Amino acid sequence: MKKTLLVLAVTSFLAACSSTPEEKPAPVAAQKTEAPQAVVAPAAPLAKEPVTVSMYPPKGVGGALGQRTIHYAFDKYTVTDEYKPVVDAHGDFLTSHGMAKVVLQGSCDERGSREYNLGLGQRRADSVRKVLLAKGVKDSQVETVSFGKEKPVNPGHNAAAWAENRRTEIVYQGE
Amino acid sequence: MKIRFLPAIGMLFLVLSPWAQADMTLEVVTQGAQQTPIAVLPFAGDGVGPHDLSAVVAADLKRSGLFDPLDTHGVNPAPADVDTVHWEDWQAQHANFVVVGNVQEDPASHHVKANFRLVEVVTRMAHLNLSFEGTGDQYRMVAHHIADAILENITGYTGMFSSRIAYITQRGAAHSLKVADSDGFNEQTMLNTNEPIMSPKWSPDGQRMAYVTFELNRPMVVVQTLATGTRKVVARYKGSNSAPAWTPDGKHLAVVLTKDGHSQIYRIAVDGSDAPERLLVSGGIDTEPYYSPDGQMLYFTSDRDGGPQIYRIALDDLRGVPERLSFGSTYAVSPRLSRDGKQLAYVQRDGGAFHVMLMDLASKQAQVMTDTTLDESPTFAPNGRYILYSTQVGGRGVLAVVSTDGRIRQKLTTQTGDVYEPVWGPLQ
Repeated sequence: MKKTLLVLAVTSFLAACSSTPEEKPAPVAAQKTEAPQAVVAPAAPLAKEPVTVSMYPPKGVGGALGQRTIHYAFDKYTVTDEYKPVVDAHGDFLTSHGMAKVVLQGSCDERGSREYNLGLGQRRADSVRKVLLAKGVKDSQVETVSFGKEKPVNPGHNAAAWAENRRTEIVYQGE
Repeated sequence: MKIRFLPAIGMLFLVLSPWAQADMTLEVVTQGAQQTPIAVLPFAGDGVGPHDLSAVVAADLKRSGLFDPLDTHGVNPAPADVDTVHWEDWQAQHANFVVVGNVQEDPASHHVKANFRLVEVVTRMAHLNLSFEGTGDQYRMVAHHIADAILENITGYTGMFSSRIAYITQRGAAHSLKVADSDGFNEQTMLNTNEPIMSPKWSPDGQRMAYVTFELNRPMVVVQTLATGTRKVVARYKGSNSAPAWTPDGKHLAVVLTKDGHSQIYRIAVDGSDAPERLLVSGGIDTEPYYSPDGQMLYFTSDRDGGPQIYRIALDDLRGVPERLSFGSTYAVSPRLSRDGKQLAYVQRDGGAFHVMLMDLASKQAQVMTDTTLDESPTFAPNGRYILYSTQVGGRGVLAVVSTDGRIRQKLTTQTGDVYEPVWGPLQ
């Protein structure tokens, strides 16, 4: 498959749009021992993650690399064979593009407890992360977050909607 | 360590017009519950409308499902004392009890003082002769205290009406954390945000609320003081920070953090004085911690044995083997205890349905409490006699109540949008 590399110089653009430039997040090691920080009163909408360089494969094109979503069965979090090629393709992209970064966003369907689903969404994101790291992707390229059942893509209350909502989304920085 | 206090964004303590209707409408269904006929007569000196204390008392009693309040609208003038009550009328209507009362409101301070008597019709004997007082904006709470006294005297149940509930409402992306009286009136908004809010938990004294907010994109735990709106972040470590549970002394919270990998339970100090102490170590998801009221046990959800189940462990033996409490389903979550520590409510999956379960902890016998199918977030009334929970009706999130004997059911529906994550606060 042809890999297209998009390097977008969006830094200055975003900086111009953002009224509250944010600091780069502290390195992981430093944050681990950090005491709880006082939250900044979000008077102005808080800017998303800082963006320096964006690098991502094109979305929606054919093939595994064009896909960004991994789906799961109820209460399951391992990457099934069906989605292995998708994760592998992104693993290859990330290892060959060391500047590229992804956030893996784990989500669940609306059934069951919000807190357990938050844990399950984290497991889903972590399981994708594990596959990526096994392929040689650097730890610093992959972040995970769980939205539990709080951010469904399909607001329906049926089996089809639930299947769509049980997912990990691969979101490239700046995409 | 220094923690700054900040005003809550979107903090809005509405002073509701006393005429305001509850945002939620209520439907009570009873099956075979014994209902005591009672006539709550208009209180002498009561203003019309806003200070209709007797109507608030009657509505509370009706909502409990244990009383059949008779229509007293035609009673005019309100009897000043028991001698002017038309006893024959109420006897003819088979009232077991009559409530006679009067109210004085200080015109300058709007201080309200209500006296009432609960009189048994057959014997004309006063079971109660009490007064309650409060400022004018607390007149409904004065009525709730009267209703609690009546409930306790006639049924032996301790109080529940003079309490508040918290819950989350959602319309599209707009999420709000709200607090209302137990009857849905006096709704106040603690927080408005376009990001999800989860897991509100009252502090044991009812003065503060711990909750999870996604305002900074990933979940963190915040404690907000109700009276002032000040809030502080108590857990914002790398990854997820969620599932706060107060210790009975209100000084610590159990929280779930992913800072060291997957979801595990830690204990943190509310004042930020200690580093998080990991309470349990497992290879699975451990979440939804809940302290027993005596502070001896920690209840929690874990998928350490496969699917999620309910466990408990003694806090003085955290390296021991937790006791599994839920059986009979592949999915059991959200353990919550009654305030006497004797009953456990949780949610269990049965086939395609998710039901609130009630377990008697002495016998470990559990039973399905609901006929709704997507139940979440059970929470006990202060007296342990009712369980409030959220569920779905017609694709909308609604609140529902079931009595622990299963005989009384209520549904509370909002005008629009979803309501979920209810949590019942302590008596006021």
